[in-house]
Amino acid sequence: MTLSFAIIGAVTIASAIAAMTLRHLVHCALSLAITFAGLAALYLQLQAQFVGFAQLLVYVGAVAILIVFAILLTRGSGPETQPIYSSRWLAGVVVAVIVMAVLGGTILSSKTVSAHVEAAAFEPSVRRIGDQLMTRYVLPLEVLGLLLTAATIGAVILAIQENRPAKPGGHQ
Amino acid sequence: MIPLAGYLLVSAILFSIGLAGAVTRRNAIIVLIGIELMLNAANLNFIAFWRFSPNPEALSGVVFVLFSIAIAAAEAAVGLALIISIYRHRKTTDVEQMDSLKG
Repeated sequence: MTLSFAIIGAVTIASAIAAMTLRHLVHCALSLAITFAGLAALYLQLQAQFVGFAQLLVYVGAVAILIVFAILLTRGSGPETQPIYSSRWLAGVVVAVIVMAVLGGTILSSKTVSAHVEAAAFEPSVRRIGDQLMTRYVLPLEVLGLLLTAATIGAVILAIQENRPAKPGGHQ
Repeated sequence: MIPLAGYLLVSAILFSIGLAGAVTRRNAIIVLIGIELMLNAANLNFIAFWRFSPNPEALSGVVFVLFSIAIAAAEAAVGLALIISIYRHRKTTDVEQMDSLKG
């Protein structure tokens, strides 16, 4: 259990670093897919099976492919010739290191966190999640469906070709 | 069983990596990838806190993460559509050249 956590954590963090530092954009997207898969493995280890497989479906299956498509559509598939970091990259790294230090210090010094060493015995079931989604969380679920529909329509409208000749009277 | 602090530390490291990438990289798509990494780190925190909570039967953490995953997917779709649209107008995905609104 401890060894598997160490391996999954190391692979997840290493691929996240690779996704943020590699020069070739497609390699970044592939490293990102590995990071998402590692996170799904961590969810499975925490006995959140449904969330783990949802993570695999949505992130590894859909978002990673979407990002690869965006990279290819913006012709960034080759290695970049210009510098890949912005001109004030040092300030960004310093901010990230400070955030990391504050978070890590808080976690390691917190009494509440260190008190939780053993998790309560628990048998998860998808049926219970479904019950909750259909009873207590039914309104957020419906709002989420509406949001996804609006986001899909918005994404299509944003990305659609605009250089067709505008019809007289019609807008764009 | 790994204690809660192990998962929280992995999550904190992931968040910092995502933050560093989002504020230092020039390509807008990589900036979006960094934001996705930060969102995923938050999701890992939700699941870890849910698993180590006194009553995991309530399933609040799991439901929250499911909603969060759906919203992150919508965000990625809209963000990438915006980047493609900007690329079509400006022929660049470099965030340092997207400064038309700069005074």
